[in-house]
Amino acid sequence: MLVIGERINGMFKDVGKAIADKDKAVIQRLAKEQVAAGAGMLDINVGPAAVDAAGAMKWLVETIQEAQDVPLSLDSTKPQVIEAGLKLAKAKAMINSTTADKEKLDVLIPMAKQYGAGLIGLTMDKKGIPRDKNQRSEFAAQIVTACMEGGLNLADLYLDPIILPVNVAQAQATQVLESIREFRLLSGPPPKTVVGLSNVSQGTEKEKKSLINRTFLVMAQACGLEAAILDPLDKELMDGLITAELLLNKHIYCASYLDAYRKK
Amino acid sequence: MGVELVKEKWSNAINTVTIGATKEEGGTRTSKVTVGGASTLPYLFGEGDMPNKPVVAMEILDIEPVDWPAVLKEPFKDVLNNPVEWAKRCVNEYKAKLLCLKLQGIHPDFGDASADKAAACVKSILEAVGVPLIVLGCGDDQKDNLVLPKCSEAAKDENCLFGDATEKNYKTLTAACLADGHNIIGESPIDINIAKQVNILISDMGFDVNKIVINPTIGALGYGMEYAYSIMERARLAALIGDKMLSMPFICFVGQEAWRAKEAKASASEHPEWGPQAQRGPVWEATTAVSVVLCGADILVMRHPKAVEIIRGTIESLMKKG
Repeated sequence: MLVIGERINGMFKDVGKAIADKDKAVIQRLAKEQVAAGAGMLDINVGPAAVDAAGAMKWLVETIQEAQDVPLSLDSTKPQVIEAGLKLAKAKAMINSTTADKEKLDVLIPMAKQYGAGLIGLTMDKKGIPRDKNQRSEFAAQIVTACMEGGLNLADLYLDPIILPVNVAQAQATQVLESIREFRLLSGPPPKTVVGLSNVSQGTEKEKKSLINRTFLVMAQACGLEAAILDPLDKELMDGLITAELLLNKHIYCASYLDAYRKK
Repeated sequence: MGVELVKEKWSNAINTVTIGATKEEGGTRTSKVTVGGASTLPYLFGEGDMPNKPVVAMEILDIEPVDWPAVLKEPFKDVLNNPVEWAKRCVNEYKAKLLCLKLQGIHPDFGDASADKAAACVKSILEAVGVPLIVLGCGDDQKDNLVLPKCSEAAKDENCLFGDATEKNYKTLTAACLADGHNIIGESPIDINIAKQVNILISDMGFDVNKIVINPTIGALGYGMEYAYSIMERARLAALIGDKMLSMPFICFVGQEAWRAKEAKASASEHPEWGPQAQRGPVWEATTAVSVVLCGADILVMRHPKAVEIIRGTIESLMKKG
């Protein structure tokens, strides 16, 4: 399972402030802590407040790469902000993200190819997020087709069925789980799937968030989820993730299996 | 149109372990042995490489063996009570590249030899031959913990391979090997979960994972071979897809297991229909060796020179690519 650390996002107060103050220490500490906790990639998002988004993205990429050798997921709705990061990224990066809209696919698929990056495809368009799994599959098929036509290796594509907060759209959780299964039928070898996990507990009680996140993650893993943007500093969440992988027979049991996973 | 074979792509390789240290490296060995490094399932050269072929370690004991049948004693009958001469014969006559000294004589039931005596034995063998050495305790935890640290110290900087560390008894031996620069064997009772756990416990003490060898324990042909085989195969599959705590080379005690089987031990008078024991015993040992080699064994600890000769030939032909 590819763990993409979510903490370097301008939406978080500490990160937003660090970006504004150009405080490298805060960002580098978060990068190191997330990698040490099991992140194989770090998502970076300058947040809505940044005045010069492309400049902030460049600064984040440089700041993180000074401290930590880790692939980055460049998170923005603006292609030029993503490209600013791609130009500096040392390891194979991820573009986060495109929607199924043609104008986005037309720009981001060639960009992924040019920089040898992965691509997260949100199964939605500008009209909004689908209500059910069938609409999700329709968008997923559009994205897969566009990638095939554009010559992007499908192994580099991660489809995101988009989780909605459980307190807003409770019935969507099962739709998302079924989508994770159904997306796998779209091509052979199957496209990979990713979720932005924390969205499922958005707006719920603070002390319940971790429990909701890890319960949903384990359910999604059982459906075949291959990557998740999540908070690796949540130890119980990571323990749940590792244990689910164990039960899915992805690694060999031993008494210290949690430590063994973290030694990788 | 030709049929294209499906090939696996492996993301990880088995660790490479070197036994023995030459003069330049602070030891006194005249040769070294390197095992491991495979990036494929055994002998599937289309999917990866096996940079080092499996190697035979000939087994010697510090005392005259008590349970070896006459057929097995025959090639060494005049040196069985002299481990130094026994070691020389293995090296000079049977071209052993690696020796395995089992300190049977330290066992309370088999002479209860002192730690100093055992250490002297290790030292005298290291002086008599130039090949690298594996040193094994007797299996009695308490006694092994008294004796093996002394032997480790006596062989300091020779980069030997010491065994066995187990889940319940690993700290003393690990500390000794760490202090004196040796490799270590982690043993588990045909149990992949415990094999992994032992490696974690050893590495948690700060021991380099590239100096650990797995003894998965095996059964001889007819005595659980297929069970041992499947455990080794599963460990190797896990290692090749990235499990660092199972990525160590295997050592298999082929001689010990094969000669425990009645098919190897029984005389022709007991079982005339089984044919002459002088042929049957070594063949039983060689067949057991072939089986473990096929599932990835890297070091084979063996006893009868005839069996050693057979398996060396088999390994040569398996290693031929194409």
